[in-house]
Amino acid sequence: MTSASLAEWSNAAVYASMVVLTLSMVAFAVNFSARGTRGTQRSATVTTAMPIAVAVGAGGNEPVASPVAEVIDDPRGRRAGNIGLALAWLAFGLLLLGTTLRGVWAGRVPWGNMYEYSLSSAVAILGVYLIWSTRRDLRFLGLLVTGATLLTLGLAVTVLYTEAAQLVPALKSWWLIIHVSAAAVCGGAFTVAAAMAGLYLWRERAERKNSVTGSVAKLPTASKLDMMTYRILAFAFPLWTFAVIAGAIWAENAWGRYWGWDPKETWAFITWVIYAGYLHARATAGWRGRRAAYIALLGWVSFLINYFGVNLFVNSLHSYAGV
Amino acid sequence: MVMSSPPLSPPADPQTSVTPTPPPLGAGGFLRWMWRQLTSMRTALILLFCLAIAAIPGSVLPQRGTDPVLVQEWIDNAPTWGPVLDRLGFFDVYAAPWFAAIYLLLFISVIGCVLPRTMHHIRALRTNPPPAPRRLERLAEYRRFELSTDSDLSTAGQSTVTLDAVASDLKSRRWRVSRGDNEHGGWVAAEKGYSRETGNLLFHAALIFLLLAISYGAIFGWRGNVIVREGGGFSNTLTQYDAWGGGRLVSGDALDPFSITLTDFKVEFERDESQRGSPLLFEADVIVQPAPGEEEFTDVIRVNEPLSLDGAKVFLVGHGYAPRMIVRDAEGRAVYDDASIVLPQDGNQTSIGVIKAPDALPQLGFQSLFLPTAAVDNVRGPHSVFPDADDPAMFVSAWIGDLGLDNGVPQSVYRLDTETMTQIGLEAMRPGDVWDLPDGVGSIEFVDVQRWASFQIAHDPGKEPALIAAGVALVGLMLSLFVKRRRVWVRTSQTDSGATVVEIAALARHDEADLADDVNAVQATAEGGAR
Ligand code: HEM
Repeated sequence: MTSASLAEWSNAAVYASMVVLTLSMVAFAVNFSARGTRGTQRSATVTTAMPIAVAVGAGGNEPVASPVAEVIDDPRGRRAGNIGLALAWLAFGLLLLGTTLRGVWAGRVPWGNMYEYSLSSAVAILGVYLIWSTRRDLRFLGLLVTGATLLTLGLAVTVLYTEAAQLVPALKSWWLIIHVSAAAVCGGAFTVAAAMAGLYLWRERAERKNSVTGSVAKLPTASKLDMMTYRILAFAFPLWTFAVIAGAIWAENAWGRYWGWDPKETWAFITWVIYAGYLHARATAGWRGRRAAYIALLGWVSFLINYFGVNLFVNSLHSYAGV
Repeated sequence: MVMSSPPLSPPADPQTSVTPTPPPLGAGGFLRWMWRQLTSMRTALILLFCLAIAAIPGSVLPQRGTDPVLVQEWIDNAPTWGPVLDRLGFFDVYAAPWFAAIYLLLFISVIGCVLPRTMHHIRALRTNPPPAPRRLERLAEYRRFELSTDSDLSTAGQSTVTLDAVASDLKSRRWRVSRGDNEHGGWVAAEKGYSRETGNLLFHAALIFLLLAISYGAIFGWRGNVIVREGGGFSNTLTQYDAWGGGRLVSGDALDPFSITLTDFKVEFERDESQRGSPLLFEADVIVQPAPGEEEFTDVIRVNEPLSLDGAKVFLVGHGYAPRMIVRDAEGRAVYDDASIVLPQDGNQTSIGVIKAPDALPQLGFQSLFLPTAAVDNVRGPHSVFPDADDPAMFVSAWIGDLGLDNGVPQSVYRLDTETMTQIGLEAMRPGDVWDLPDGVGSIEFVDVQRWASFQIAHDPGKEPALIAAGVALVGLMLSLFVKRRRVWVRTSQTDSGATVVEIAALARHDEADLADDVNAVQATAEGGAR
């Protein structure tokens, strides 16, 4: 295969993935707006899709803490959710293919510029979500996650697309490969956590006002959403710590200093501090719940500032678009 | 969480009171109150956010440490705010007293938090888990079942066998176990996951050591930048650096006296269509002399492959072109004859540079746009289409007047202050061209093209300790987030009919833990052990 057609195949896979992802998003939207709630009513069509809480003995499935949290979808909504999930897997496969082809075409890891980095970020967002969804029912999150992934890809193919695949020799370092892949996975996890925290705030407000009706009723309880946000951030925070350390090791190797308060490093630090704040907030009375969720959203904003703001608007050593 | 205050939480837990108590009267009481406030979790949280906010301006405003010229320009362009911000340290944020105040307070708070928790943890590591609370059924994970009666054993015997089996099984799985008996039967209490707290303490302590290591490096380390043209060299003395910064306890006069000559700088770029222009190779061939009189050796410095010397590491951080130019004044005197460094602006090495000839009368200045592979189009104007010097050209704009070098304001050598100058012409030049300036004020000759490489030379004795501290912090963090600290209790008693009842309950300190697996294992042992 000639290299030009490799690039074309990569682009084709990315576009195909976007089409499938759009359909997936529609399916998730149907799932979300279809009537039926979690927990508040019981009907005969229920619960087979969920792992049933195992009372005694044989473990296996993750027990669901309280029966109130059981999913009670109407069949149409459930089917739409399953279709959405299947399409999301398909889109993920296509995206992975597109990103890999891009790497093969360039003869290196596919993150030499913002276009490729956005592809990798989209893979990370969708990947974190899908892998997690093999262990839990996360269909309620599908709409937001596919939306975020589509937005990332849309920006990538319209604004950020670059034909020239510059790669400075500075990027030829194992530490950088490790650093960027860890950061990309964190980006995916932060995004999923932010979506979860947003839904928490919505659900918590409804519970507080005693008006858990409509779509909000399809969400897990606020305390479960809070817990899931924590779980994913407890996974992402050490990984982010590791990504920052790997970046510092590489910076020492390439630039002769491990930390220089370059804007990218500064915002990595700010992001780290905010998520450290999140973990402390959850251990502090009066800061749990709503305030912790706001902090999780703040951390995500800081991550985005680091990603878009610093790459596009600030003159940083990390701006690889040029130099 | 079922209980509002789980018995597992240590008394030295971060003070989680929502409403702060007012300060008591009296100096001693007040100090103690201050200390408690400072080391509370809420204060730590607020200080963390202060740190995040305080770090922001340094990423927005230019900083002295990286770009002093830009800082000066910024201040000049904002006559009201510039000096105020400058005095407040906003152009050197990470060295500003208020920034230091925040992180020092934070670290005092960490110490005040970690020390008592360490004491408490050491005590906890030496005490046995306490007996079961009376009402086990109130715990989140609770099971109760009767053992089938066994003709060979009395009820009491059955209870003992069961509890012994559970205790030894838990011990073999590295639980800390205590055992007791009472009039109705007996109990086993077991605890596991102490490394959660150990990891947490390790993590916080490692952060303190990280700060110490960074400070040590800052005090005893130094760093400099130098641009070297092909064929040129430099020796490790202060005057030879383009920029140099050292710690408080470093004397710039006593640097290790090595010297380096750049014999050849090799670059190669991809010529294949799809990735045209992407760099394939940067290599600096150097001759190194570790100290005067010592034997020289050759080395190759690449990006990501620095040269390690005893006192420092030499890193290749950039490269560019240095077209050799000769400027002659009206009398034909060469007032400038040098390879003038131009700075790359894009991936294809479209570069800009400045030549100042203060000795010409009147003074001459030139702004140059250097293109290693020149092209001109209507949209982008003159630009380079390939980073290698395939078809070099230079657009030179000539200025005449006062270069402004005598008024004491520091000036960048890469910038021409044209305020007191007039432009007299613009010319496209190729190597070998001579341009006779208008009105006979002189001429400029573009001789040929050389390359330069820029090096960063750094000495940081704190970086190895910093790396160790960061590694320990990461390990501690993972322990503290992924280990479940939990207790399990098993209690036996008799029913009126003489059967043995086993109750199992478990409790985690943190609400994220899932204890079903632990309880399942204990239940399996209890049922098996009684048979
Ligand atoms: C440089 C400042 C600090 C940083 C970066 C930091 C970071 C962290 C991180 C990342 C965690 C999460 C690990 C976990 O949840 O187990 C944590 C936990 C914790 N930190 Fe800090 N910390 C700092 C200061 C403090 C201070 C001053 C205190 C004392 C009030 C403190 C007390 C704690 C406690 C008690 C936990 C465990 C929370 C829990 O129960 O999960 N930290 N810290």
